[in-house]
Order: sequence, then C-alpha cells, then structure tokens
Amino acid sequence: MEFTCLSEGKGYYFPPCHILDICGFRVLFDCPMDLSSLAIFSPVPTSSNSIAYNRKFSCSSEKYAGLELNEDKRLKIDKPLDANSLIGAEPHYRTVKNLLLWNVSFIDVVLISSPMGMLGLPFLTRNKDFSAKVYATEATARIGQLMMEDLVSMHKEYRQFYGAEESDAPQWMKWDELELLPLELRQIVFGADGTEFGGWMPLYSAADVKACMLKVECLKYAEEACYGGTLIIQAFSSGLEIGSCNWGISGPKASISYISSSVFSSAAAMSFNYQALQRSDVILYSDFSSCNGLDKFDNDDNCSGAAGNNYSNLSSDDVNSEGHDTLLNDEEYLEEMEKLNFICSCSVDCIKAGGSVLIPIARIGITLQLLERFAVNLASENMRVPIFLISSVAEELIAFTNIIPEWLCEQWQDRLYSGQPLFSHVEMLKDGRLYLFPAIHSLKLLKTWQEPCIVFCPHWSLRLGPVVHLLLRWSADQNSLLVMEEGLDANLALLPFKPMAMKVLQCSFVSGIQMQKSHHLLKILQPRHVLFPEILRQHIGPLETVFSFNYYSENKMVHIPYMKDSELDITVELACQLQYTTLKQQDMNISRLKGELMIEHGRYRLHLGNDEQVSSHPRPLVHFGRIDLNNLLTALQKLDMNATLEEVTGAAGSHKASRIHVSEPSKAMIEVIEAQTVISAADENIASVISQAISGVLDCI
Amino acid sequence: MVIECLVLGAGQEVGKSCVVVTINGKRIMFDCGMHMGYLDHRRYPDFSLISKSHDFTRSLSCIIITHFHLDHIGALPYFTQVCGYNGPIYMTYPTKALAPLMLEDYRKVMVDRRGEEEQFSSEHIVECMKKVTAVDLKQTIQVDEDLQIRAYYAGHVLGAAMFYAKVGDAAIVYTGDYNMTPDRHLGAAQIDRLQLDLVITESTYATTYRDSKYVREREFLKAVHKCVASGGKVLIPTFALGRAQELCMLLDDYWERMNLKVPIYFSAGLTIQANMYYKVLINWTSQKVKDTYATRNAFDFKNGMISGGFSLEVFKQWAPCEKNLVTLPGYCVAGTVGHKLMSAKIPTQIRLDEDVQINVRCQIHQLSFSPHTDAKGIMDLVKFLSPKHVILVHGEKPKMVTLKEKIQSELGIQCYLPANSESLCIPTTHHIKAGASDAFVRSCLSPNFKFLKTNSAELDDSHKRTMPLLQVYDDRVSEGILTLQKNQSPKVVNQNEFMEALGVEKHEVKLAHCFRVYIPDSESGDASDCLPSTSRKGSLLHLISEKLCRELPDFDVQDCQEHIQIQSVVVSFCSNEKCPHRTGVSLQSVDKKEVHFCCSWSVADDALAWRIVASIKNLELDT
Repeated sequence: MEFTCLSEGKGYYFPPCHILDICGFRVLFDCPMDLSSLAIFSPVPTSSNSIAYNRKFSCSSEKYAGLELNEDKRLKIDKPLDANSLIGAEPHYRTVKNLLLWNVSFIDVVLISSPMGMLGLPFLTRNKDFSAKVYATEATARIGQLMMEDLVSMHKEYRQFYGAEESDAPQWMKWDELELLPLELRQIVFGADGTEFGGWMPLYSAADVKACMLKVECLKYAEEACYGGTLIIQAFSSGLEIGSCNWGISGPKASISYISSSVFSSAAAMSFNYQALQRSDVILYSDFSSCNGLDKFDNDDNCSGAAGNNYSNLSSDDVNSEGHDTLLNDEEYLEEMEKLNFICSCSVDCIKAGGSVLIPIARIGITLQLLERFAVNLASENMRVPIFLISSVAEELIAFTNIIPEWLCEQWQDRLYSGQPLFSHVEMLKDGRLYLFPAIHSLKLLKTWQEPCIVFCPHWSLRLGPVVHLLLRWSADQNSLLVMEEGLDANLALLPFKPMAMKVLQCSFVSGIQMQKSHHLLKILQPRHVLFPEILRQHIGPLETVFSFNYYSENKMVHIPYMKDSELDITVELACQLQYTTLKQQDMNISRLKGELMIEHGRYRLHLGNDEQVSSHPRPLVHFGRIDLNNLLTALQKLDMNATLEEVTGAAGSHKASRIHVSEPSKAMIEVIEAQTVISAADENIASVISQAISGVLDCI
Repeated sequence: MVIECLVLGAGQEVGKSCVVVTINGKRIMFDCGMHMGYLDHRRYPDFSLISKSHDFTRSLSCIIITHFHLDHIGALPYFTQVCGYNGPIYMTYPTKALAPLMLEDYRKVMVDRRGEEEQFSSEHIVECMKKVTAVDLKQTIQVDEDLQIRAYYAGHVLGAAMFYAKVGDAAIVYTGDYNMTPDRHLGAAQIDRLQLDLVITESTYATTYRDSKYVREREFLKAVHKCVASGGKVLIPTFALGRAQELCMLLDDYWERMNLKVPIYFSAGLTIQANMYYKVLINWTSQKVKDTYATRNAFDFKNGMISGGFSLEVFKQWAPCEKNLVTLPGYCVAGTVGHKLMSAKIPTQIRLDEDVQINVRCQIHQLSFSPHTDAKGIMDLVKFLSPKHVILVHGEKPKMVTLKEKIQSELGIQCYLPANSESLCIPTTHHIKAGASDAFVRSCLSPNFKFLKTNSAELDDSHKRTMPLLQVYDDRVSEGILTLQKNQSPKVVNQNEFMEALGVEKHEVKLAHCFRVYIPDSESGDASDCLPSTSRKGSLLHLISEKLCRELPDFDVQDCQEHIQIQSVVVSFCSNEKCPHRTGVSLQSVDKKEVHFCCSWSVADDALAWRIVASIKNLELDT
C-alpha cells in the first residue's frame, strides 16, 4: 500500500486531499479547492445603493489613479497592501496543485468526505481521461451540488462585469504583473515559500457541474459499496457537517479507516461514528484541525471589532479520564451552543441599536442552529425583524434539510420521534419571519426588504455573492454586525470594505478532533498501524501504544506494509475432497488444493472447479526430500524383492550414483542420482510397485 | 451448521408475525406482532418458547422490526417492558417515528373505548422506543462481531423493510410484508442479489394474480364520484396508516382534475400526525414523489380538511342510509367489523358488541389495491434471490400449500410452511477459512492460456467448418498446497513457496524402459536400404508418431525429429548397447531390422507410458 498526501488543506473550507494505492486500486480522498485564495481578487464594484455608489465611485477613481501610479512605481517591490492592490479581474480558483501531477486515468475511485471536499471535483471529471467511480453520501452529494451551483451563479456576476475571458492566461497572471503584487498577495499566489504557483484554474461551468454529478454514486449511511469485487467501501458519519463522513475500506488483504476532521458531539450533524472504525488494520489520520487551531494563536489578527471574541476549539480537557466518556462528554457540544447563543445575543443587541446583522457562514449546520436560536431569542425579546436567507440555492437547501433526518444530530432526531416538527424554520417561513430569496436584486426581496434585519448569505470569502453588496451598504454603519469565521485573514478579507465602522464578530466552530481526544480515540479503535500528518508530530509526543505508526507530509509517498495474508474461503465441497498427507519431518499435514478462485465482495473464494479437463488430468505428484537408500532397500525387501546395492563412481573417483538392482521377482534397476531417481523395468507391475516404495521413503504431494 | 427457525406467530395464519431465527448461535427475533383477532393470551406470540427462564435479553442477540403495522410490532412494548427484554432493537427511521403513533392509538382504543385492562401503558411505549436503534436502507450494521444485518426497501408501507442477516457464512432474508409493484406513493421492493441459505417470505396473496391497478383505481374513483354526485357521503376507513396517504393522493389528484369541490375530511389525529412524518421522510417514498419535493411536497394536500371523530362512530351514523358509501380495505383480519361487512349481504345487521347492533343499508365498495405482493411477486422475488430454502409465513394454509408446491416444482427450491410454535432446522453453507499467500493469489489471477491444435485430417467435413484449427483456453485453475500445522490456521501457498519454506528440494522420480522392436522392411524393393540410416529412422519415428496420434486422440503428440514427446513421455531410438534401462534378456542385435527404443517418463504418466510402449511393441505385428 502506498499513501501520498497531495494537500494538507487549510481548515474547514479546504479539506486535505490524499491518494492511496490499495490492492492495486488508486483511491483519491476528496477533491477540494482553496476558496480563501479568492481574497487576492477585488470584489465586483457595485452600484446598488447610494452609500455603496459613493464608495464605489471614490474607490474606482482611486483605482484608476492607482493604476497610473503603478506605471511609475514599476520598480518598487513591496507595495503597501490596500484595496487597490487587489487584482481587478475575473478570478481564477486555486485547486490542489499536486493532483495535477497524477495521471487522471489511473485514479480508480474518488471518495468525497464532505461537501467542501467536492468543490474541485468538476475540474477532475471534465477531463476526458477521467474514468474513476466517485462515491459520496447522498447528503454530501446533494449539498455539494448546491454549493457548486451557487458558486457558478455567484461567479457569473464577475463574468458579467469583466466580460468573456479572452485567453487562458489573463493579464494578471503574467509574471511581471505578479511580481508587482504586495507581499501578502504574493504569498497567496505563490504559497508561503514561493514554490506553490500553479493549480489556478478558471471556474467550471454549470454544465460541468451537471456532468460531474452524473458521475457521483450516492451512498446511504454505512451502505457497503463494492468496487471491482475487491474493495468494500463504507461511509460513516464524521459529525463535521450534515452528510460528511469518514471512510472504511476493506479488501482481502487489509482494512483501512480514513478519519477526516470529525466531531464527537456535533451541533447539527449526526455525530462521529467511531465505533464503526474499530479493529481496522490501518488508520489514515487526516484531521488537521488541531494544528489549524494552533496556528490561530500565532497570527492573531486585531481586526476583530468591539465585539470581537476569540474562541479556542482546544479545551483543557481532562486527559486522565478514559474511554468513551471522554470522547462523548458534551462539553464540546455545550461550548458550541454557548458560542451560538453568544452570536445570537450580540445580534439582538445590534438590532436593538438599529443595526443589521450579516452572517456569511457557509456551514449549513451552524445556519440551521442559528435559525433555531433566532426564532427563540427574537420571540422572547418580542422583536419582529425579518431574517433573509439569500442564495441562488436557498430554497433547495432549506427544502433538502427537511428531508434528511437520517443525517441530523440526536437532538433533532428526537424531535422527529416525539412528533414535533424538525425545524422551526418551517413555521418561520409560513408566518413571514424568514424569507428565502435567490438573489439580492430579486423584485420580491426589494418589496419585502426592511432594516434592521438579519441576513444569511454567501460567500464567506467576502468576494462573491450578496455579501459583497450588503457589506458595502453596511460597512459604514457602526451599529451593524458582521459575523465571520476565524481562520480567514480578516485584514485581507475586509480590505475592499475599509474603513469599517461595522462591528465584526469572529468566531470559530468545532471542526475536528481535539488532540487529547485523539489519544483516547486510537486506544478504543485498536488499529495495528496509524499514519499521522507530520505537522502533528510535536503535538502527538511520545506515544506508548500497541500500534505502530509513522508520519506523512505533503507530496511524499509513504509505504504501508500489508498486515496479513489474503483470506481465502474454501467451499466445503472442495474441502471434502482434499486428501491430506503427513510430512515425515515436520508435524504438518499437507494437501494439494485445486479449484477455481473467485473474488466476491472483497473475499477470495475457492470453488470446486467443475471443468472436466481439470479432473481428467491430475497434476503429477511431486516428490521432495532425499532418498535414504537403506530405508528403500528394507522397503523393497519387505515387498519380497531381491535387491542389491551398487555404488557407481565417476572417472575421478567421485560418487556418481547409487544403483539398486532387483533380480526377483523380475529384473529391475533403480538409479539414484542427487535429486533424481530413475526406475528401469520391463514389467509394468514391478515398476509401479517400486515407484510406490520410493514414494514411501520420500515426501510427496 | 444449521439455521434453526422457530415460528412464534404468523405460521399458517395472518397476524402476530414473530419468527425467531438462530444462525450459528446468534438468535434474532424478526417482528414482534400481535393478533388483532384475539383478545386473550393468543394475541401475543408465545414468548416462553424462546427461553424457559424468561431471560430474553440473554437469549436473543437482537430484535428486528420490519414495519409499523400492529401485527408486526404490537407486542413489542409488552415484550420489552413487561417481559423485560433489554437488548438491541432495530427498525428503519420511519418505523421508529410512526410506530409510537400506532401503538398509542391501539392502546387508547383498547383501554378508553373497549374498557379493557391495558397490556402496556403510554410510558411503556415511550420507554420501549428509546431502546430502538434506527437504521437507514442498505446500512450495514454490525450488531456484534459476528452478526451483520441490513435493511432493504420493501414497498408495503412507509419505512417497511426486508432484512438481511448474516452470521459467518450463513445468511438469510426475512421479507416482512412487501410489495413488488410501485403504488402512488411508494416504490416497489428492491434487494440485491445475495447468497442466501434461507428466505422467509410473507404469502398473504399466495394464489392471487392481479391485473393492472389503474383499472382498480378507476373503479374506486368512479364509485366515490357517483356517491358524492348523488349527494351521498363516503366513508373510507383506512386501518393501515400508509393507505390513507395513498388514497388521499389519489383523491386529491382526482378532485383537481375533475374540479370537484366536495370537501374531504381527514379523521384527526393519526392521519394528520402521520402526514407530517410522510413529509419529512419523503426520501422513503417513491422516486416520482421524491423528484417533486423541491417544488411541492406531495403530502401537502390541497383539498384536505380536518375534523374529529373515529371511523367507527361515523360508520354507525352513516351505515343506515343507502345513499352513502363505505369502502373496505383489501384485507380484513378475521373478527373485525371490516371482515363482517365483507362477508355480509346488504342490507344487513351487524353486531358491534354485546349491546350495539347497527342496520347497514349503505353501499359497500371493496378496495382491491393492496400493499402486499401477489403470487407472481413472491415467485419473482424467490427466483431472483434463489436461496437454498424458503419458508412461507403470514398467509392462509391452503393457499400456502399451493404456493409451496409451485416454488418446489418451478424453482426447485425446498419450501416449508411451519405452523405456530413449530421449529425447523435448515443446513447452511460453511466455508473453511485459510490464509493465502500473495504468490498463490497472483498465480491464480494470471491468465493460463492453453493452445490446442485440432488435427484437421481427423475431422469429418461437418466438424471442419465449425471447429477452428487452433483453440485457445484460459483455464485459471488455481493450484496450490494447503498446509495444516498444529496451533496455526490453515495456509495456502504455491508449490515453490512451500518447498522454499520447508527448505527441501524437489526430487524427481522417473521411470525408463528400453526395449527391442523388430521392424519388418515394409518398403518395397531395396530403395530403403539406399537411404541414409538417420532419415530412415526419421521416417520410422514419423510413422510411429502418426500411429500414436491415431491411437491416442486425446493427447498432444509432438514429433520432434529426434524423439517423440507425449506429456512427459519421451520416445527415442537407442543406439547405446549398454543402455542401463535395458532390462531383461539382453541379446546382441544381429538383425538390422531390429531397433531399440528408449522411453522415459515421470511417475504421473505411468499408465500412458505403458500404453505407448505396448503400442510401439505392436508395430511389428501391425506391419
């Protein structure tokens, strides 16, 4: 087995990407793209309202001025970062560069663990050499599809503004243009060490998304999919998001568990089902969340506004407490709920002051939870402010969440069993507390629009979609609130909207396994071998474990030894026909085995071959070992033969052969040379009697 | 190894489905139903047969419930809360959601209306449902290390599932109730092709063959329309939860098409509540309904209104008027009002209980669409699954006997119909497990081409055309060596590996025989003498090879100039006067026409070799 990490990813929105070679098949885990890189592009200027219009006007005039200045400042390398330094062009999207190094036609299976892990898939599937089977859970496939469609529709705005693209290599991508970018942007374009340029692609089309979805095979929860008769593939909930999953792969030689970022007690999605991953041979540990969390402390931005609040997703968990209790304690869940309540109360405060709330968070679970909370909080405050959900797929998304109770957390499932409606948003939609609109310019929205309000809309990068327009509208309003996720470089993200009077609340949500918990987890899972990311080495520390482990890093192939022989099922019909012989030296029974080998559902099975040719041509017996001449003589004498031994020597006196002459009952001669015995006899019967006697002194099969 | 099958209910009857199956030591209870026709102890399965000590938690590995109908789940709260079963229970998400409604409704009817002593309380139902693990379709659940179960779509009602259970190499399917044709809101049953030892199937309609259901739907709508058009009222009691939705969709559709304004009332409670579930669990309905969910949830009925009242109360009021219409479901359990009406001739009197008797003058329409499969469906399913054995339950004995004979004669599958409390043993498949070395697996998977030449001369004309001259075979016969050592699991390796592992060398045992043949000079004249001896010998070998070809048509005779080879047998001239393989009387060959042949072969071809020797020796007689 070979494992190669193609990309370690970057947090929740850009999951890692790996490739695994198992039992002769190549399996690709996820196919994401890095949407945070969109930050280097300037959002489309807008003229939808007066404030924005003014801003735009000044903005663009500055821009033109800036462009002229550029001509003069060509030689200056490090420009200060401001709104004008952003690239004003139709954006390209950064995909997993290392994936491009692999021959697409050699990929056999693609496993999609989460909707985010799917966003780069159309780039792969539109390649004419692509022939792999793509597996995703039903919920991931549907949500992923909606996210991709939404992305394409939001991107359209850019295309409308800049016009059709003339060539594959736009102006901004030219080397000398890129060299002129400020350091912060260059780091995104080239990577931190300046070596990662590449993988920038123009976005796929709606048709690409459609064609991509046709290639996705949807799996039910824990459904066994069998690939090529050899690999059994199963998806188990990871708890990260509705529909997101970990994978169990088992073949005749090994069973493997792929653990992506997982959450033990999820706020919305069905929780991490780790019991299902027990006793697999190898665990591919691909949860980078704890190191993402640590990064956060290093480069903490100061742009969180007055209400800015840093939540850590590392809690000081009691490491000593053992087992399932540790994994399943609801501390994480309660903490998450507390965060959501905090967002709610901040929002309510802000609305009280006359401001509006803008929430560009793409996590569906969080959105659903916040809607629940708003329903309660606003009602208790006796406030009637409308909540808008603006997205080209808002309606489909909300409708879909209503029909997948199988993928929801226990708390919501219990509502179903106790006869309550799953979500309060059904009620909210009916009585006009919640509105779903496909776009910000839809006529209905303009009619119902009222401020203050709460808006959920894409895109979290603050470069695409309705959020751009609303930010331009509210950025000067000090009473309004922007709720955004940590992990995004807020300074860069908010650059085009500066100066910001608007409050910014940055918060993080649980997006993976805490390091302390992972120790307990592995103890319970009892794997034989674990692969950890290299960057977790320092956090893992010395492990006193029963399993072996090693580390992997980006673009380096790691070899994993198979832990066992292939397992073979021998049918009883065949087993009954076996004739065992006992070996002379060893205490071992052996039998010649012959049949038809089938591979069915990941298991080798040996059937009785029903071919006549097989049975009519028994394979020659094979003898092995050395002939003990004395034993043979005794054996022959027992058979009433008159036998005498003659040593034949070669010319140089070396021992050449031994001959046994049989004179009674009829003439025969046995010549024994090293590893060969020749029986010469004129009589068929005596020849066969002698050969049996020889078989008696040798081992044979 | 055997599968033991203990039928606690629905053996040669319909009602209280409950089968306990023991597979390789794992005991699974399929369904835990109650009989609606009895009020005494006979309404529950006889649980004491499972365990004399009544320690049910220990004696059962799990309970599997196929769907929410009372004859499949009715006894569950009693079994868990009163009898004390505390182990795992599995059912699909919709069943878990809808079952409490059914149970609570039943409990209310029994206690509040019939004034009976309750068998289980509301709390019992709630507590019982807490122990249930909900499963998704096709989800493969590892109940414990050995027992694996999986649900498949069964149609019948929302959330109805067939269950597959596997322990070791033995596997069975228990169908529960199923429908092989899609209806208005549910799809048809769907299952994978599995390797099964046993299928336990329902057989409600063991001898019925249904025509298209559209005809039946039209009849129903016509009857309803006629009744309301002439000012009558229509009562549609739907005992089964799913039927209500099916009929509502049908009527809703018809009302819209015909632009009818006559109100449709749903009996409050059960249907309304259930309808909410249908909306959320739309993924479990038919593909057609699912596809439309984004625009309009098919379970948002436009023409529906809500009102209170039980169907029986309404029936009492409406039955005496001949303008009204009452529809009856396709199957009514013996003892119920529906069953009495079905067999009655209108007008008639029906006794509800001791004191109440009603005059029935209304029209009766029997609904003939049923969520159960018909006989063709059962046959299709059994044929598709091709198990080694079939057990029929949930049907009426005479019809089951007919179906059993059909299954045995047409499909050649052993079929049984055990009665209640009967236990049945069925042999199972079992495989021997062994480890296989990589080299063995590789050698098995690599192609093994064999080229067989057909000698065209031997074929008559008719064969010449059809038989190609060269035939290529790819017989991937797997050959290896199975080794058994004490305290080790069996292992399969290939021959070379085996030798290497033991550190031994192959020892070849060969046989050889050198013999004299008198060759009469067959060629006319002296021409032969002039020929160089080698070429003369060559032609002689050729002669022999042709003879052997004729005599041994099954073997590939290779004429290689200097020698002839058949399998491992090598025949050549021997000019060595002191050939060690010459045994017996050694005479100096004087006659030029006397030739020695030396044959050698390995032990395996012994019989063949002696045939060849005899054949060559016969040369002198032949010629």
